[in-house]
Amino acid sequence: MQQAFFIGPAILFYSIVIAIPFFFGIYYSMTSWDGVSGNAVWVGLNNFSTIFLKDPEFGQSFWFTTRFTLTAVILNNVIGFALAYLLSLPLKSRSAIRTIFFLPNVLGGLVLGFIWQFILVQGFPGIGKLTNLSFFTLPWLGTEATAYWALIIVSVWQGAGYLMVIYIAGLANVPKDLIEASVIDGAGKWQILKNIIIPLIMPTVTVCLFISISWTFKMFDLNYSLTSGGPYGSTESVAMNIYNEAFGNNRYGLGTAKALIFFVAVTFITLIQVKLTKSREVEM
Amino acid sequence: MIGRSYSFKWFGIELLAFLLALVFLSPFYFVIVNSFKSFAELLTDTAGLPGVLHVENYLNAWKALNYPQAFKNTLIITIFSNLGLIIISSMAAYRLVRNKSRMNRILFSMFMLAMVIPFQSIMIPMVKMFGWVNLMNTFTGVVIAYMGMGVSFTLFLFSSFIIAIPKEIEESAVVDGCTPYGTFFRIIVPLLKPMTVTVLVLNSLWIWNDFLLPMLVLQKPGLQTIQTATSSLFGQYMTQWDLALAVLVMGMVPVMILFFMAQRHVIQGIADGAVKG
Repeated sequence: MQQAFFIGPAILFYSIVIAIPFFFGIYYSMTSWDGVSGNAVWVGLNNFSTIFLKDPEFGQSFWFTTRFTLTAVILNNVIGFALAYLLSLPLKSRSAIRTIFFLPNVLGGLVLGFIWQFILVQGFPGIGKLTNLSFFTLPWLGTEATAYWALIIVSVWQGAGYLMVIYIAGLANVPKDLIEASVIDGAGKWQILKNIIIPLIMPTVTVCLFISISWTFKMFDLNYSLTSGGPYGSTESVAMNIYNEAFGNNRYGLGTAKALIFFVAVTFITLIQVKLTKSREVEM
Repeated sequence: MIGRSYSFKWFGIELLAFLLALVFLSPFYFVIVNSFKSFAELLTDTAGLPGVLHVENYLNAWKALNYPQAFKNTLIITIFSNLGLIIISSMAAYRLVRNKSRMNRILFSMFMLAMVIPFQSIMIPMVKMFGWVNLMNTFTGVVIAYMGMGVSFTLFLFSSFIIAIPKEIEESAVVDGCTPYGTFFRIIVPLLKPMTVTVLVLNSLWIWNDFLLPMLVLQKPGLQTIQTATSSLFGQYMTQWDLALAVLVMGMVPVMILFFMAQRHVIQGIADGAVKG
């Protein structure tokens, strides 16, 4: 009775929104459902063979998402950690500066994308005219390579500050006397960082990698508003490909099959990452 | 001498951090400054300050966005989703932490598992199911969706907090004749207050900024949230930046205010959630 009273409501909403749609999704992934007509015709594993054999765009979006995630996750974590390290020093203005680095996270991906569209299309050429730096006059959203890096820039601008907050919490847990002892033993700054701080904050690294990988891999809003997948579909993320397949082309069956593959990929990648980084954690 | 060179070095580091922060802030500068310019001025002088303040950009944006309506819609959705999430998640977290049966361990991992499921994997059948039970184009539908999607993370935050509450407090309440329900609502709920504030702010930022879910479920014009209204405006006025930038600023302001009011809770909540995970 108490069990039902306390946990019942949570399970109810979880089932309606997550569990039941998820299992329905497995069923729909084996139908040719178009979303409009009521009947979904069973087609077995046809959707999956279509995706793997006849849909180069899905493969392309997967490849783009993987490359994008790899670059964005590395840059986000390196910069997030560097900012955390810098702002763990006893600076006078550090709490104000921390807030500034976190600020982009207050906005949603949709708004961020539109803001950066303006900056890349209007702001950068404006700065380019003033400074004559060719970096600012590139056709930022016009070519495959620059659009890729445009997305990276925005994702780092947003993500680094979030990870910084977590890294600061991790750095605060490193015992001070351990560092003092190593200074007395004659260790340099770089040695302390590499041999003491980084091994001790590995649990934080695990969490930050987990968060940044699952975020970046599932990117949709930013992609939708900044590049819409362009130019020529070269920056279409998997999440966006699924959305377009289902709601753009009205192929709901095919879309759910893609979503299922996406789920397996996300779970697989994050599990491997957690397993790998957990094995490098050390006990204090 | 040593003291002087030391403070000089710290000043250098402080300056570096400050300059980096300025670079980080510059996109906000561009958006805000240009939202006050005429279209011609914005094209020819993007970096400078506006010559004349074109406040009418904001009046036009207010109308184009149907701001009061979009604001009200977003607010209703955010408030009710938050209320629901706090109630169902704190109750479940309490039971799952304090009654560690085999069943409850399984349930807990089931909730945690949902945090890896991408929304894209459930959205298509979810929209279909909402159609069956007439939840499409209703706030109830959106609120239910947020409650289901947010329950895992909220439950996780509450349970990490409840673990730290000493059991003795509850035991003495039971001795004094409190029922299990009374113990929860009279003893535990007041103690949860700091975590409730954190949960409230984190979930509000998420729901307020969310775009895909309201776009899928609320397709009628009068039901638009700030995000979906912004998105559909951009489809129409792509290059009309004077209007578009004012729209963006008006979408940004409410969350900025919320953030500055509660930034301590936001930052603490993120750090706690991550470290305890």
